[in-house]
Amino acid sequence: MTELAPHRGYLDRLAEGTVPFQRCTACGAAVFYPRALCPACGSTGLDWSHSAGLGTVHSVSVLFPRDAPPYPVVLVDLDEGFRVMSTVVDVPAEQVRIGDRVRAHVEPDGPRVVFTVLTGDGEGSRA
Amino acid sequence: MTGGLRGAAAVVGVAESDLGEVGPDRYAIDLAAQAAAEALGEAGLTTRDVDGLFCAIAGRGMAPLDVAEYLGVRPRYTDGTMVGGSSFVSHLHHAALAIAAGACEVALIVYGSTARSDSGRGRLAMGPPELPSYEAAYRPRMPITGYALAAARHMHEYGTTRADLAEVAVAARRWAMLNPKAFARDPLTVEDVLAARVVSSPLSTLDCCLVTDGGGAVVVTSAARARDLPRPPVYLLGAGEAHRHRSISQMPDLTVTAATESSERAYAMAGVGPADIDVVQLYDAFTINTVMFLEDLGFCAKGEGGAFVSGGRIAPGGDLPVNTNGGGLSYCHPGMYGIFTIIEATRQLRGEAGDRQRPGAELALAHGNGGQFSSQVTAILGTERTL
Repeated sequence: MTELAPHRGYLDRLAEGTVPFQRCTACGAAVFYPRALCPACGSTGLDWSHSAGLGTVHSVSVLFPRDAPPYPVVLVDLDEGFRVMSTVVDVPAEQVRIGDRVRAHVEPDGPRVVFTVLTGDGEGSRA
Repeated sequence: MTGGLRGAAAVVGVAESDLGEVGPDRYAIDLAAQAAAEALGEAGLTTRDVDGLFCAIAGRGMAPLDVAEYLGVRPRYTDGTMVGGSSFVSHLHHAALAIAAGACEVALIVYGSTARSDSGRGRLAMGPPELPSYEAAYRPRMPITGYALAAARHMHEYGTTRADLAEVAVAARRWAMLNPKAFARDPLTVEDVLAARVVSSPLSTLDCCLVTDGGGAVVVTSAARARDLPRPPVYLLGAGEAHRHRSISQMPDLTVTAATESSERAYAMAGVGPADIDVVQLYDAFTINTVMFLEDLGFCAKGEGGAFVSGGRIAPGGDLPVNTNGGGLSYCHPGMYGIFTIIEATRQLRGEAGDRQRPGAELALAHGNGGQFSSQVTAILGTERTL
């Protein structure tokens, strides 16, 4: 169905605690950020879906503000086939690596989606 | 159509305004006007001759109206294309198209910025965002973090090192030391760059372009009229444009820019290839730009940019002169830099570049970049002999 207010649709679903994205009913593309038409094929047939929240760090940059602790900005490729900008919250900034497997968490206050690092032993133990 | 554009128009006047730091009493449009007057002057023309106006000013949605009113220009063709720092190379392409189509005859491309002086008086160049952001909540510092994410991925995939990036900054500085108009002319070493404060890893303060004031202007006219004007015409032989994303998280491949497409179009129109180019002026907002653009413009293979720039290859005395004015890294960077690639390419092809002149330069490539590796525009310029 056609989404006329895609950002509103995104925020509403985020508020429910999911990691929303759209799936094109015509070509099957995973679409993020939310739109009124599919950037892959032009169809307006976009259905809301939500991610299982598992992904891989595609790139990372650590920012070093003069007056605050360093923090990472990451690009994460979700397993469903879309990429988001985010941050990683459970390990020191400089320990985040390209290729790390990560899990999404919704922060309702942001609102935003942040990630923790998955390790062989569980989550967040690499620090 | 593209075959008809090759050599149809020529650059006949170029100038910078005062650069560096101009102080609180001068506005962006004052610098644009200063550059316009000088560029028209060396072309033997006046504002009365201008019938095509091409300009963009950050944060000014109706910049062509501001500039035309201020200059007293009455254009019959106006183009306010705003694709970030590449806008002015795009304007050069559009001006040639308009001239070839008869829509105008004397095109003025013009820009001004007081990015440096603005920071001291609370003037903001950009207004609030008008579109929802899916990035801002994670506090990237833009534009540097966008380029840093690309640099980190390039290092991961191809083994590019911070020392390779530092070589770019050092080469730019060595060129700037030969340019009396350059803002940063103190000696710089790879060690200095590596020791500088990291802002958004892997990029340090010395991997970043300057923040200066400055303006520039370029006058373009038909090849026929150009031959009657005072300076040797510098012909537009080829141009190409491409963009695929705005936000860094939407860039299809962080290590490959749309410069692959824009340059392919420009080379095809010009009938030349990278091996034919004598001098390269590209938009070096950050050191990674130079590495990735040299790859995407075809001067080396993808992934080999780091090795390519090492050993002084792009510095004075090296095989391929790149950013002979000192670039955005060391010469000037007033918010948007693209127009200065055209100005320096023109001076090199006229043989006016003084101590930094590439002897016998006949073909130059000017490449603009806008957004976060987003808009890519390539122009190939040549002397009369290359027609």
